[in-house]
Amino acid sequence: MEFDLQMVLVILASAVATYATRIGGYVLITTMKRIPPRMEAALNAVPAAVLTTIVAPAFFDGGWDSKLALVVALIVGLRVSHTWMLVAAWLVVMAWRRTIGF
Amino acid sequence: MSRAEFVEGLRGGFTVAVASAPFAALFGALAVDNGMSLGELTLMSATVYAGASQMVGIELFGNNVQAWLIVASILAVNFRHVLYSAAIARYVRHFTPLQKFFTFFLLVDPQFAEMVKRGEEGKPVTFIWYLGFGIIIYVPWVLVSLLGGLLGSFIGDPKAIGLDILLPAYFLGIVLGFRNRDNFLPVAFVSAVASAIAYHYVGSPWHVSLGAAAGITLAALLPLPGALKPEPENEPHEV
Repeated sequence: MEFDLQMVLVILASAVATYATRIGGYVLITTMKRIPPRMEAALNAVPAAVLTTIVAPAFFDGGWDSKLALVVALIVGLRVSHTWMLVAAWLVVMAWRRTIGF
Repeated sequence: MSRAEFVEGLRGGFTVAVASAPFAALFGALAVDNGMSLGELTLMSATVYAGASQMVGIELFGNNVQAWLIVASILAVNFRHVLYSAAIARYVRHFTPLQKFFTFFLLVDPQFAEMVKRGEEGKPVTFIWYLGFGIIIYVPWVLVSLLGGLLGSFIGDPKAIGLDILLPAYFLGIVLGFRNRDNFLPVAFVSAVASAIAYHYVGSPWHVSLGAAAGITLAALLPLPGALKPEPENEPHEV
């Protein structure tokens, strides 16, 4: 276990920055008395909007193996549980890479 | 009662812990590959505790990017948490300050998604349930990161064993869980397209904040669900 001082400082600064984002929205919203309806509509859209941005580049920038795997995972996910989505995506990617290649 | 809720939380979080274990291991392995020590990577998992941004962080460490830029990038990836903490405000108002401290520390993507889901189903969102759900994810995350760092040299190329597809597939599953919400399709579509464009022209990690901003702005601008039948108080000038 060795620690480089600069590395540790960067990690701790990152931790403080992350914690600030995790409490920031709460602090902001409790200072407002009432949430306007449009802001509420925006807040309701947060999970779908944010999480989609994590998936999209993997689809658009990934190879055909990743694109096919995500489409299959999507179809599986509409019918059965999320765990099976992971299994399906993994099977498609592995099958593709074993037969067609990277 | 509270013990039952703690166990219920542990059970719910266990699935997430299992699903995120490969990423914790992968983070550890990649961190070592990018020049971090075992102590440093474990410290990062324990204090930052945010998978995607930890990955971004080590990628930048490995490329000798300036410290302030690394912190700014991690802030950009995690900026969505501002929105999470605003969205869960209605559920945590009655928590004590100490409970709030831990609640916000543990507020990662699946924790947020599960809390909102539980709240909307009308089940009690207690701190003890939240803590159970969070701790069963947090502890393995830190330990498996360390394990991944130790075993790093044996993993080799993560693509060869198909690890790289699990993170996007996992997030896709969480997105699907919100498909019954108002305006889900237009929001998801606009966020996807905007983030893909931002990824190309601005670069990672900004595609997260920019793509999300596009989807959220659209949701704020689209007609409100109740707007089709305006009530008298919405048009005071007609009274």
